[in-house]
Amino acid sequence: MKHDDKQAGKVALKRVTCAVAGASVMALATMAQAQQTLNIVSWGGAYSMSQQKAYHEPWMEKTGDEIVNIDQSGNALAGLRSQSQAGNVTWDLVDMLPADAMIACDEGLIEPLDHDELLADAPDGTPPSEDFVDGALGDCFVASIVYSNIVAFNTEMFPEDKQPSTIADVFDLENYPGKRALLRKPINNLEWALIADGVDSDEVYAMLETEEGIQRAFDKLDTIKDEVIWWEEGAQPPQLLADQEVAFASAYNGRIFDAMVSEDQPFEIIWDAQVFELDGWVVPVGKLDKVKDYLYFATDTQRLADQAQYISYGPARYSSSDMVSVHAETGIDMMPHMPTFPPNFATALQKDDYFWADYNDELTQRFDAWLAQ
Amino acid sequence: MSESPASPLTTADGVPLKVSLRRAVRRSKVKAFLLVSPLLLFLGVAFVMPIVEMLWRSVENAEVSTYLPRTVEALEGWDGGSLPEEPAFAALAEDLRTGQEARNLGLLSSRLNYEKSGMRSAISRTARGVRNLEPPFRESLVEAHRAWGELDTWRLIQREARPYTISYYLAAVDRRLSLDGEIVKVPDHLEVHVGLFWRTFWMSAVITGLTLVLGYPIAFLLASLPLRHSNLLMILVLLPFWTSLLVRTTTWIAILQSQGVLNDLMVTLGVIADEARWQMIHNKTGTIVAMTHILLPFMILPLYSVMKTIPPSYMRAARSLGGKPFLSFRRVYFPLTVPGIAAGGILVFILSIGYYITPALVGGQSGRFITNYIAYHMQTSLNWGLAAAIASILLFVVIVFYMVFNRLIGVDKVKLG
Repeated sequence: MKHDDKQAGKVALKRVTCAVAGASVMALATMAQAQQTLNIVSWGGAYSMSQQKAYHEPWMEKTGDEIVNIDQSGNALAGLRSQSQAGNVTWDLVDMLPADAMIACDEGLIEPLDHDELLADAPDGTPPSEDFVDGALGDCFVASIVYSNIVAFNTEMFPEDKQPSTIADVFDLENYPGKRALLRKPINNLEWALIADGVDSDEVYAMLETEEGIQRAFDKLDTIKDEVIWWEEGAQPPQLLADQEVAFASAYNGRIFDAMVSEDQPFEIIWDAQVFELDGWVVPVGKLDKVKDYLYFATDTQRLADQAQYISYGPARYSSSDMVSVHAETGIDMMPHMPTFPPNFATALQKDDYFWADYNDELTQRFDAWLAQ
Repeated sequence: MSESPASPLTTADGVPLKVSLRRAVRRSKVKAFLLVSPLLLFLGVAFVMPIVEMLWRSVENAEVSTYLPRTVEALEGWDGGSLPEEPAFAALAEDLRTGQEARNLGLLSSRLNYEKSGMRSAISRTARGVRNLEPPFRESLVEAHRAWGELDTWRLIQREARPYTISYYLAAVDRRLSLDGEIVKVPDHLEVHVGLFWRTFWMSAVITGLTLVLGYPIAFLLASLPLRHSNLLMILVLLPFWTSLLVRTTTWIAILQSQGVLNDLMVTLGVIADEARWQMIHNKTGTIVAMTHILLPFMILPLYSVMKTIPPSYMRAARSLGGKPFLSFRRVYFPLTVPGIAAGGILVFILSIGYYITPALVGGQSGRFITNYIAYHMQTSLNWGLAAAIASILLFVVIVFYMVFNRLIGVDKVKLG
């Protein structure tokens, strides 16, 4: 009886070994078929779709590689940290914000990049270090887009002769009544509160480093607190505006654009005091050789210009900006919808990554305490 | 019967019976241990180790001594009265240069930034230009970033050089160490955790109370109805129990939201005006309703298993001895169900203070639990030390509750089904 059991155990073990061996052979076979599999982390939604069409599909066609989209950019820094601590980094390329990239770079989680060596020149031969916009190339970071945090409104909720146009109007409950949807974070809200209170946009971050400045921003936010609905997911503000649950909503400009052209929503963007920032690629440690060719391809002039056909985020290269044309589906001119379009850009404020790297923890805690009051 | 009492009993092959028995017992003990060893291993890896690691993380403080070793050494014996001398500045410059080359200053700057906002950029900005700094470093560092000219910065480095810290625990209860080493409260506008702890506890208590009030009659029905009916009822209790947590939570959103089923019904019936729809979700009410529903089976099942064992003849006896229905219930039936109440109560309470998805989805701003803050510190602020400290405090509270419960009721009396 015992003998039989042992025998059965051995057979079972053999079967398992065979299965494992078989599985690995199959895995090898698929790898040989499709050159390699790239795990690319991004933001999901309309943004990932624009990357899929502008970068991933042409690349897969060209090389036979397979690209897996992972929608984890919201937690990219935590993910990189835990993967590196566990000693098993499965992500090959990550789309993240420059502030996060700065921290990841300081922690040695991502590869330093030699931009002129790794990236493509502009068609006229300008090296990348001169072709990318200011701040687009960090030690470990290469930007692909310029996007913007704006406040949008539903035009149907205000009389035709009294449409809001400035950030101060968002804080003006008397003339522009209605609920406001704002991001449940201090970022952008504090800047806007100060600008609406009359602070010059050059001085915003200097003021926010002082106790009086912070208090002034919170005092300003206090004036509209009762009328605010706080959102947390990028998909919420267009929805809230469309349902007329709110009159104003802060949002990423691409999402509002998408709702305006694809769903024909009566939205308008207040470009006054837009807070713009960059977004782009970082390479987890040890993955540079694997993704080098893809990175070269996905950040060249043509690809960045292509992406602007699908979403209204400005390309991070000067040479691509000139090539921005029309929306791929509706054929409308993309230029006036770009954050970098000169009339939109006049009063723009660049998000100060250093400031937020320093004060985000403290101000988030203070913001939460303020919300709970 | 024929053997004399003097000669010891032996087995067939002449081994004394005692020895043989001992062997047999040992063998079966070893076997039993081997059988449970995979489970023990699993418990060790999946349960004990993470808890030990969590406790370790909540006090661990290696960053400063690891990444600024020379500075820490140079600050030994410094009295903290005025800015340190040149050697300390030179050591800092050297440490920053080494760190910049190895690209490992990130954890250090995060750690110091928890204690003093602004340290992150002070370190990363200084480190970026550290190669070009010229002695005397006391002047050039202060010029590179004003933080190095502040006494507080140096005192902080000296204090955080210790290998262990209680500052995560202090932060978890809205306290911090002042630079004189005293424990002080953080300013009011930074207070968040203590309020959330209290809210988590009292809302869990309310939820436990509600599940008891709702669950007790159901369990009684289950135990007293004839089998045919009680089986049907049991299925009605178990079906939601087997349904995914997310499904049940989102169902409550569909029912309670302002454009939801219940509000629509009330407006149609004319009970409330269309503009004055009830706000029943994304606040405390939402959390309490959804969690009471989700945790109800955990109260009903232990109650049922206890009630099932109470013979109906006890109540009949009480009634025949002249007890009014309520008196017989209170004096006879109810005391017998106390182990079930205790088991259900402790189960629901412990489960609910650890709940996190449901409050996150239906709790809005006012219905959040401290657990949502643990998730925030794990995923977003990446302050894992603080997350570990908050989680450890919750663990201690659960242990204390369990001990009190054990003292009052006795764990051996508990029946879970």
